[in-house]
Amino acid sequence: MENQAVTERIREVAKRLLSDGKVSCVIGFEKGTVPMRERPYFAYTPEEADKLIWTSFCCNNLANFLIRRDLGEAGKIAIVAQGCVSRNIVGLIKENQITREQVFVIGVPSPGMLDRNKIQQMIGANKVITEVMEDGAELVVKGRDLEERIPRKKVMRNNCYTCVQRNPVIVDELIGEETAPTHGGNIDNVAAPWEKLSIDKSWEAFADNYKDCIRCYACRDACPLCYCHVCFVDETMPQWCGKTQDEADVATYHILRAFHCAGRCTDCGACESACPMDIKVRRLTSKIEKDIRRMYDYTPGMDLESIPPMSVFKPDDPQEFIK
Amino acid sequence: MFARRRFAVLKNLLEYIGIEPGRLHFSWISSAEAEKFQKTAIKVCEAVTALGPAKHMIKEIGKVA
Repeated sequence: MENQAVTERIREVAKRLLSDGKVSCVIGFEKGTVPMRERPYFAYTPEEADKLIWTSFCCNNLANFLIRRDLGEAGKIAIVAQGCVSRNIVGLIKENQITREQVFVIGVPSPGMLDRNKIQQMIGANKVITEVMEDGAELVVKGRDLEERIPRKKVMRNNCYTCVQRNPVIVDELIGEETAPTHGGNIDNVAAPWEKLSIDKSWEAFADNYKDCIRCYACRDACPLCYCHVCFVDETMPQWCGKTQDEADVATYHILRAFHCAGRCTDCGACESACPMDIKVRRLTSKIEKDIRRMYDYTPGMDLESIPPMSVFKPDDPQEFIK
Repeated sequence: MFARRRFAVLKNLLEYIGIEPGRLHFSWISSAEAEKFQKTAIKVCEAVTALGPAKHMIKEIGKVA
């Protein structure tokens, strides 16, 4: 189903839910003020539902907003969710942040979201892009004295290329037809790229990857796993993590942030898409999730029944490191 | 037992980013195992001394503050 048709269907469903009083709010996307940056939108009335859209630049993870408001008072909330977002909703239900009854999932099979940085690089870093339109498997990029067609597949986000479930895993109303679950990439082939390096080269690669970090915490704020009322980096008594841009502080922040996501990260890519410095934040989380798959045979958020790997153990878990 | 899973993941993560394997140690020691505790402490000290001072994650307050 083309994104334009999905947009129409999302509006239809949202209007029906809002006018029937089934939900108090529909969380979706609206057109961003700059190209390639659609932004989350909360529609409270059937009229507002006309602003909802669906494009290949819906890069935020909307599950993030289910924990940023008082759901108990808000009543039932509808949320537009593709595979990864639905998996994060499952995660929030499992971690007792929300209940299944509080959300109405408008499921959309994911087209695979696109990476605006890749598009900008392809067009030229100093060119100004004013409009990007989708035409099937191609994109039409427009700007001043500029009109180019580029294939979608070449500019897809890395995490979307290696996605394991494009279809929503929980759904109350599905938009369109279920698609192939993957885009053809194998996450185990590309996860944890520094594994093959020597110990010194690993540190070099790690330090180099994060050297541009400005500690804006956009990766944390975009993440639906990060819902602590006070994050460890914001605490001052005690101060777990220094607040400077020194390598040690930056490294501490990123190591701990990734570790807190262990066994929970659905590789939705919201962190990387949110990063203003184009840092490959997934280099750490992908390593952890690869280990979790290898050691505990677990992929986060795929169903409501399985127990999260960090809250359970088996007698024969790997333990060769224990002396 | 939950610590076992957490440490397995953390240990792999630290080695992945280039922290030497000998810096992280993990042992099961009961409160009744004084001798094991003593021996383990000596082994940890020896292993870390052999590696020398830390090379990474050093913050020089004079430089940043």
